[in-house]
Amino acid sequence: MIGIEHYIVVSAMLFVLGVLGIFLNRKNIIVILMAIELILLSVNIQLVAFSAFLGDLVGQVFAMFVLTVAAAEAAIGLAILVIYFRGRGTIAVDDVDRLKG
Amino acid sequence: MSYATSFYLTGAEIGLSLAALALLLVAAWTGTKSARIVTILSVAALVGAAIFSMGLFDRAAGEVAGRAYGDLYRADAFGSFAKILIYLAAAAILVVTPRFFTQRASYRAEYPVLMLFNAVGMGMMVSATDLMTLYIGLEMSSLSSYVLASFLKEDSRSSEAGLKYFVLGALASGIILYGVSLVYGFTGSTNYEGIRAAFDAGFSTGALFGVVFVLAGLAFKVSAVPFHMWTPDVYEGAPTPVTAFFATAPKVAAMAMLLRMAMDPFGGEVDSWRQIVIFAALASIVVGALGAIGQQNLKRLLAYSSINNVGFILIGLAAATPAGVAASLTYLAIYVAMVLGSFTALLMLRDPAGNNLETFTDISGLSTKRPALAWALLALMFSLAGIPPLFGFWGKFVVFQAAVQADLVALAAIGIAASVIGAFYYLKFIKVMFFDEPLREIETESPASHWAVLAICVAIISPLGYLLTLPLGDWTAQAAASFVAAM
Repeated sequence: MIGIEHYIVVSAMLFVLGVLGIFLNRKNIIVILMAIELILLSVNIQLVAFSAFLGDLVGQVFAMFVLTVAAAEAAIGLAILVIYFRGRGTIAVDDVDRLKG
Repeated sequence: MSYATSFYLTGAEIGLSLAALALLLVAAWTGTKSARIVTILSVAALVGAAIFSMGLFDRAAGEVAGRAYGDLYRADAFGSFAKILIYLAAAAILVVTPRFFTQRASYRAEYPVLMLFNAVGMGMMVSATDLMTLYIGLEMSSLSSYVLASFLKEDSRSSEAGLKYFVLGALASGIILYGVSLVYGFTGSTNYEGIRAAFDAGFSTGALFGVVFVLAGLAFKVSAVPFHMWTPDVYEGAPTPVTAFFATAPKVAAMAMLLRMAMDPFGGEVDSWRQIVIFAALASIVVGALGAIGQQNLKRLLAYSSINNVGFILIGLAAATPAGVAASLTYLAIYVAMVLGSFTALLMLRDPAGNNLETFTDISGLSTKRPALAWALLALMFSLAGIPPLFGFWGKFVVFQAAVQADLVALAAIGIAASVIGAFYYLKFIKVMFFDEPLREIETESPASHWAVLAICVAIISPLGYLLTLPLGDWTAQAAASFVAAM
């Protein structure tokens, strides 16, 4: 029998994977965008699971909002990435180092 | 509760949204040549929204009539106070912005429109009494901030700042959201009152995790240590008017949101989050003060200064009393005037060719070339350092008073000691401006709009500001009462 705790564990694992993906990734900024999506989707799994568990619709409505915002966020992230690539000609994480102090 | 009442209570945000959409169409239709008129109309919309918020200020604390859309949103004195600050700061920044970009021929009509959307998001943030409203407001403000940070498309520093801000801001939103989903799961509600009632009935470990995640994410947004690492890079790389904006309006919004969150839904569990806030406050004050010492770039230095100031504001929250919240709000109001003035002065520093100057070498010997500007900066820096009789002292005073009254004497003592370290780099400004030899040619004329904003800010932080202490005390006390009354 799959209970609420299984969903929480899966969601926590995806969340941690997403955070690690942002910090451990040394290659490519696109991967960071994917990691951010992973975080948002882990939250969505959790919201929907709680919503079903509690018998309360608010969680599913919230998940819809998160999906919408995630789409907007990805669009803006890619747009900034394009501007950045035009100026620098690279999207390797290690090259994002012009600002230091 | 009728929809008409709800629309009236959210009038400021609705008005700003409509203005932003209309101006966006104008901008799309006419291109760059309408930038000036769009800016003027945006300033008018922001000032109008601020005046409308003043009208909503006098609602009684906890009054049901202040709640809109089934308590998703609350138009109370607290929200109105924060909104007045936010809208006026955004309007003032729009006034001093165009000159910076016109020099590079990169000013576009989209800039003021983005500011308006940002202001709508910030207004929602400070009035949100439901986690859903909070998330939408937060993202609305953040997404337009990312674009603003990378607005100078041809400058690779600006796009790098935008990229860093985007990645870390999105991570912070994700952390807040994860906390929100835990809080929802363990309380069964996204409404602040519902959460509070559920916490009072029983506080589980899962809910504690949720609270910690939410607070950590919010600490990111207000750039409190240990989540401050994005601040110096973003502040340095973003165009100067955008940096001025980040240091004022979104900081007020995020801080107000944090205050409401901590005191309203989490207000029954003060002991579980107080230690976190105390640590963040002290760490911010110390790291902000020490980090600023070696900096050559003035924008980077002001970034550390803002981290330092966030620490002082958090001391008011650590007190977790109505007086503490009122003290934090007082500090925020004074902080906005100080930072706005400092950045306006920074925008007025240009070489004869019109390039902006932003390092210590550039301002050396400023007092011989631009005495009025140098004296204004002197007043602003003394005020930021908290030296009486300037008004910045009052902000620090009320915050420490609240901490002492809440029996946090050790916290107040360490805070005061650390503020002395902070005085070092503010005084370095004075030393470089007044006692060093001039090294750079500096433009000698500045437009009246910049002087007007600078004069207003300097008047507020000058000893004249003490005329404001009584009304400011009343307003902040009334604002704090709007949700602390429930404690």
